[in-house]
Amino acid sequence: MRKCVLADKNALLAAMAAVSRLYVPVDGADKQAVFSEWKDGAVLSGKLNTNRSAKDFFFPQTENMMTFKMSGKKLEIFDTRREHEDFILFGVRACDVRSFTVLDNVFLSEPVDTYYANRRAHGTVVSLACNKPAETCFCRTFDIDAADPEGDVVCWEDSENIYLTAKTEKGEKLLAALENVTEACGDDAADGVKTLVNERLGKLPLAELKADKFGGGKTDAFFNDPAWDSLSEACIGCGTCTFVCSTCQCYDIKDFDTGHGIHRFRCWDSCMYSDFTMMAHGTNRPNHMQRFRQRFMHKLVYYPENNNGLFSCVGCGRCLSRCPISMNIVKVMKTLGGKEDA
Amino acid sequence: MHNMKEALIPVIGEVTDIRIDTPDVKTFRVVTPDGKKAFDHMPGQCAMLSVPGVGEAMFSITSSPTNTEYMEFSIKKCGCVTEWLHQMEVGQQITIRGPYGNAFPVDTAFAGKDMLFIAGGIGLAPLRSVINYCRHYRDRYGKIDIVYGSRSKADLVDYNEILSEWATDAGVNVHLTIDREEEGWDGHVGFVPNYVKELGFSTDKTAILCGPPVMIKFTLAGLQELGFAKEQVYTTLELRMKCGIGKCGRCNVGAKYVCKDGPVFRCDEIDELPDEY
Repeated sequence: MRKCVLADKNALLAAMAAVSRLYVPVDGADKQAVFSEWKDGAVLSGKLNTNRSAKDFFFPQTENMMTFKMSGKKLEIFDTRREHEDFILFGVRACDVRSFTVLDNVFLSEPVDTYYANRRAHGTVVSLACNKPAETCFCRTFDIDAADPEGDVVCWEDSENIYLTAKTEKGEKLLAALENVTEACGDDAADGVKTLVNERLGKLPLAELKADKFGGGKTDAFFNDPAWDSLSEACIGCGTCTFVCSTCQCYDIKDFDTGHGIHRFRCWDSCMYSDFTMMAHGTNRPNHMQRFRQRFMHKLVYYPENNNGLFSCVGCGRCLSRCPISMNIVKVMKTLGGKEDA
Repeated sequence: MHNMKEALIPVIGEVTDIRIDTPDVKTFRVVTPDGKKAFDHMPGQCAMLSVPGVGEAMFSITSSPTNTEYMEFSIKKCGCVTEWLHQMEVGQQITIRGPYGNAFPVDTAFAGKDMLFIAGGIGLAPLRSVINYCRHYRDRYGKIDIVYGSRSKADLVDYNEILSEWATDAGVNVHLTIDREEEGWDGHVGFVPNYVKELGFSTDKTAILCGPPVMIKFTLAGLQELGFAKEQVYTTLELRMKCGIGKCGRCNVGAKYVCKDGPVFRCDEIDELPDEY
């Protein structure tokens, strides 16, 4: 483990930025925390987490995939992919780091999505343990340790120092490049912070939320639960939960004719939108309850069934604080199975 | 990394023949610009065709894998992409990628079996691939029965092949029906599910069903009345698809993705899916 005094944090970040393009959470003009390219002297956001998840870096909201040129009956296809340059994401929370594993299982399984794989290969994730988890946090429900995140490099901060340790080959390479701005310390140097954070995590309102009753093979147990009707009733289908979600990965592919070439691009989509499954002859999910149910069943049952029990929720709490009608996965989890009224 | 094959990037397909089958179905022959088959497939598998600027859509490959020269797609005009395909002319280049999905178990579960194909309307498109595969490897299968129905005589897709090739094959019985009586038709009149019950097939056959959902539902019930088990009956599902590789989320039903775990399912497997297909 290595450490750097907080007073030298700017020098630490400068050393990272010297390795490759560095993104850090800062408060934007709208006062929302957002990952932005680091500039010398940048003031890092004091917020617990960014407004949108960090998935944009690997699975951007929109991306051009290829270009076509049509002239008469003839057609040309241009592969517009290019090798991405290396980048570092600093300050990713434990929940968002786990979301990368959730997305990896989708995009890196055969046949590999090379757009995603390319970005993933060039990104180094520097995670930051949470000091003050929020009331909307429930990462522990999914066995994620906010006091000891995953990541290429993991960092902890106390009132004096920032501690860094490498967990992967990529991380070791980065730490080696930071030797001049860090100094060696004992592997237990961050234990104090870990203990403190764990105490705080234990006292959170959602600390006791369990996901045990969900998982693969539980379709029959929950699919026809009468609670879906009442749970979905107030949902306005805006898709905010999907767009702030760090694990949602549904996408659309569309063509756009620029007038001098046709771009085929993909963009985020939501399984809760009415046209998501619409075909020429109709849709298999004609009512809102079915679309609402799909999103949660996928996260809590279908995804785990295909991914060795891993849930497609990381408890980041973004949907809890952003949903305009205060519906969220926690209410769904508590209500299904008949334990509480919706 | 840059040179990796990307599953979502198609190749160019040139349309070398367009056959008008019915008032709203045309069959398109597609090859690469250098005149070759774009890729190999097995019966039941699908391909993504696109018209850049209009969109991309999934179609079952109508031709049999035993056709080594080209692929054919029988396509009904019913949406944006299909309308564009219907108005194009021979020589038009489109895009094609695939193959996607599983296939009918022609070399395993079907081997040595008496086959009963039941199709309604454009539902013949995916079955034509299997039927012609079984006809090509005739000695690998027992008796072949084909029940095919449509709204009218004019709506029977590629009536010529059915009459001149299938009906004249030894050991192949073709049973055609149309919904309503019409002049010049002396064959059976009535809906497919009832016709199947009237024909009363022996229950040692393997049945493959494809057609409109309502036809599938009632024909399956009819087959069960005759004594068929769901394990003997295969069908295909069709849902909205964008990627074809189980990632975009559209064709997800339960833990299955129709684009990669389907489109071919045994009817007992479909029973295990949540009722959303």
